[in-house]
Amino acid sequence: MKDLFAVVMLLGIYSLLSASFFVAMDAVDVAFTEAAVGAGISTLLMLVVITMTGRSEKTTRHKPLLALLVVVFTGSMLIYGTFDMPYFGIADAPIHSHVAPRYINESMKEIGIPNIVTSVLASYRAFDTFGEVVVIFTAGIGVMALLSVSRRREDDEIETALNDSMHEQYLVIRIVTKILIPFILLYALYVQFHGDFGPGGGFQAGVIFAAAIILYTMLFGLNTARKVINQSFIQFIAAAGVLLYGSVGIVSLLNGANFFDYNVLASDPVAGQHLGILLIEWGVGCTVASVMILIFFSFAGRRDMHKHSVSNASNASNSNVKGESS
Amino acid sequence: MDMILNISGALCLLVGSFLCISGGVGLLRFPDFYTRMHAVGVTDTLGAGMILIGLMFYSPDFLTFSKLVIILLLTLLIGPTTSHVLAKAAMHNNLMPKLQQEDNIKETSSSNY
Repeated sequence: MKDLFAVVMLLGIYSLLSASFFVAMDAVDVAFTEAAVGAGISTLLMLVVITMTGRSEKTTRHKPLLALLVVVFTGSMLIYGTFDMPYFGIADAPIHSHVAPRYINESMKEIGIPNIVTSVLASYRAFDTFGEVVVIFTAGIGVMALLSVSRRREDDEIETALNDSMHEQYLVIRIVTKILIPFILLYALYVQFHGDFGPGGGFQAGVIFAAAIILYTMLFGLNTARKVINQSFIQFIAAAGVLLYGSVGIVSLLNGANFFDYNVLASDPVAGQHLGILLIEWGVGCTVASVMILIFFSFAGRRDMHKHSVSNASNASNSNVKGESS
Repeated sequence: MDMILNISGALCLLVGSFLCISGGVGLLRFPDFYTRMHAVGVTDTLGAGMILIGLMFYSPDFLTFSKLVIILLLTLLIGPTTSHVLAKAAMHNNLMPKLQQEDNIKETSSSNY
C-alpha cells in the first residue's frame, strides 16, 4: 500500500478496535488509555508528519525478501515459544494463584480505594509506574532535542493573531471549539481525580488535557497557542511532574520506611496511601499532558519552518526567473 | 409506570439503531462523497441521540441521567460540526460534487444568448 494517509487511518482504526476488545475483556482502564493515546494523539501526530513528508511512499526498486524471511522466522519462533504457556484465563495459572489474589483480597483493607487497577498501578507497582513516567519524560526530551526550532521574532505577530481569530473561513469550527474546550479541560480534571473510583487516572487525564490544547493549537495557529501557553512553563511542568513523583518516594525514605511506601506519609496508613496515590497521579498527569503538548509544538513548529522555507525557495526561484527574463 | 418507561426506552433504542444502520447503508450506496457525508452526518447524530435518550429511560439514578444528558448535548454539538469540517476540507482540496450532466449542458446553451 503506497498511500501513507490510508495507512495512518488503518492504524487509527486498529487502535479503536483494540480499545473495544479491551472493553469486551472488562479492562476498561486500558481501553480508555488505548482509545485516547492510540486512536487520538498517535494518529494526529502521524498526520502532522505526513503533511511534511508527502502522502505516498517512495517506490523501492528491490523487493525486501530477506527482511520478510527474518520476520517470518522470528514470528514462528515466538509462536512456538508460547505453546509452553498455560491457556488463556485458566484458573490455576501462576499469575492467578500467587500475586493476583493477594492484590484482590488485600487491596480494600490496605489501600481503601474501590478501583483495584489504580491501587495496583499507583501503590503496589509504583516503581513500574515511575519507570513509565520517566520514559514519557525522556521521549519528550528526545523529541525536543531533535526537532525544536528557535523562533524568529516577528513584528506583526500580534496583529495577525488578532485578525485571524475570527477569520470567516474557519468561523464555525472556531466558535464550536471555543465552546467545547472548557468542557474538555474539565473532563480531564474529572478523570484525573476520579481515578480512585472509576476508570481513569493520571495517564488518561494528561492525554485528554493535551488533546484540548492541541485542538486549540490546530485551529488558531501555533503562534497564538504559544502566547496562550508559554512553552518554557510547559517544559517546567513536565519536569516538575517527574520530580513530584520521585519526591513522594524520597519523603517515604526520610520518614523511615521503604522507597514509595505510602504508609508513613500520614498518621494513618490508609490515609497515607490515599495521599500518596493522589500526589503521584497528579505528577503523572502533569508530565503526560506537558510532554504531549511539547511533542505537538515541536512537530508543528517544524512544519511551519518547512512551509516557510518551501515558500521562500519558490519566491527566490520566481524572482531569479523574472530577473533573467527581463 | 415502569412498563411505560421500559417500552418507550426500548422504542427509542430501536429507532436509534435503525437510524444508524440506515446511515451505514447510505454510506455504501450513495454515489458521491458529499451525499455520503450528508447521509452519515444526519443519521449518525440523530441515531446516537435516540440511543442516548433510550438509555435515559433506563437510568437508575439521577447521576447517570445527568451524565447522559451532558453526553447528548455534546453529541448534538459535535456531530454536525464534524460533518461541516469534513465537507469544508474536501472543498478546500478541490473535490467537486458530482452534478448531473444535463444541468451543465443547459447552462452552456443558455449562456450563448
